[in-house]
Amino acid sequence: MQDVIGYRPEDAGATPSLFADYRSTVRRSPQRELIRIPYTLSEVTGPAGCWERLMGTALADLTTQHRDAPLGQRIIVSGRVLDENARPVPNTVVEIWQANAAGRYIHIRDQWDAPIDPNFTGAGRAITDAEGRYRFVTIRPGAYPWGNHRNAWRPAHIHLSLLGPAFATRLVTQLYFPDDPLIEIDPIANAVPMPYRNRLVARFDIATTVPNWALGYLFDIILKGRAQTPFEDHDHAH
Amino acid sequence: MHTESPDLETRNVAPRQDNLDPALFGQTPSQTVGPYFHYGLPWKGAADLVGASEMGARPDLFPAEHYVLAVAREHPAPLGEVVELRGRVLDGEGQAVVDAMVEIWQANANGRYASPSDPRDEVPLDPNFIGFGRTATDATGVWRFRTIRPGRVPGPGNSLQAPHVAVSVFGRGLLTRLATRIYFEDGEGNDTDPVLAAVPAERRATLIAHRDPGGAWVRDIVLQGADETAFFAL
Repeated sequence: MQDVIGYRPEDAGATPSLFADYRSTVRRSPQRELIRIPYTLSEVTGPAGCWERLMGTALADLTTQHRDAPLGQRIIVSGRVLDENARPVPNTVVEIWQANAAGRYIHIRDQWDAPIDPNFTGAGRAITDAEGRYRFVTIRPGAYPWGNHRNAWRPAHIHLSLLGPAFATRLVTQLYFPDDPLIEIDPIANAVPMPYRNRLVARFDIATTVPNWALGYLFDIILKGRAQTPFEDHDHAH
Repeated sequence: MHTESPDLETRNVAPRQDNLDPALFGQTPSQTVGPYFHYGLPWKGAADLVGASEMGARPDLFPAEHYVLAVAREHPAPLGEVVELRGRVLDGEGQAVVDAMVEIWQANANGRYASPSDPRDEVPLDPNFIGFGRTATDATGVWRFRTIRPGRVPGPGNSLQAPHVAVSVFGRGLLTRLATRIYFEDGEGNDTDPVLAAVPAERRATLIAHRDPGGAWVRDIVLQGADETAFFAL
């Protein structure tokens, strides 16, 4: 008597695991078809309500982690975590990490010749409220070159990691900025087909912007939603 | 025109198609975790579900003053048999993937998930066990968890699943999370497990950990190629 209601399959905007323009995918993406398994308790459960015990206290302001203020343009990144039935996902963890204003990560493997900012780490985490809202204060990250191909540059981006309510809803993604011409030529963003790629582009919002203090961007994160019945499987979901 | 626009302070920019466009509402697409997640995701102790070691983190990859993640904390030991679970992440050429991240999610020794979505109040929770773990691979592509051997959890119908750990794999070059499971070679019910049964027989071995002479449970995760791990569509 443990038939569970599963989650919906990926929608038309799903990212493929192989996208040859992003060269690292060629030897790292599975070649066999993914195996459809029956949903069980293992896929529909996940940690909840224990975020502080697990990951430590929230750290939603990335501009006050060190002695002085970081360099760069202060921004607010805010939004809601929803499921695809448009219901809020409350009390769930959102982790972010990013480069500094010059496009440099605080990581020894990042060899880009741009300055480290001793006052900026670039890592944060927040817990959504009852309406699924989160809000970070950070610095707008810079673009940076990478080794994918000659003259390859990543658009400015913030990495996001969410667990959601279940093993099935786990998501790692990236947020891009609306005025960035590099999105159009970036192999990682371009792995997502249009128009769905635009789901990853945040919106500048004057109401989120705080006068004389910080520009505001909105970015909602939509996690997989529950299927309608325990018997809705991948073949019949659409 | 000498009159100020009435909406000067509140007017917004013209909409373009973006994250908030109602016509685009749907699942946020996945993107790679990239190579630089170490200062942001795997905290000290994230891979130790039993004790308070610093397993899981890679503090060697960034300056100590930029460690802002959780710190390992002492807590009473959970119930059950302590096991070490480890393996490598390998790419399609058999090379170790040194910038991968592996996560696990599992039931406690009684077979209960510490989750409101597991409604079985008759199966006891363990206050000292959450069941979620995370680790970066090391410089040789090895991941390692210290956890407890999970109990059996019901499956569809009247079935009972064999003891298993749900696994997620992330990394540079992985645009999506790869989901799989790890079972134990001597696990009760492996031959009737409903998820193993969904995996073609010749690929089931890619999900089963073997005990090494030191007592650890070992299973490599192979991203691509002849021994490719069976990954799941969820």
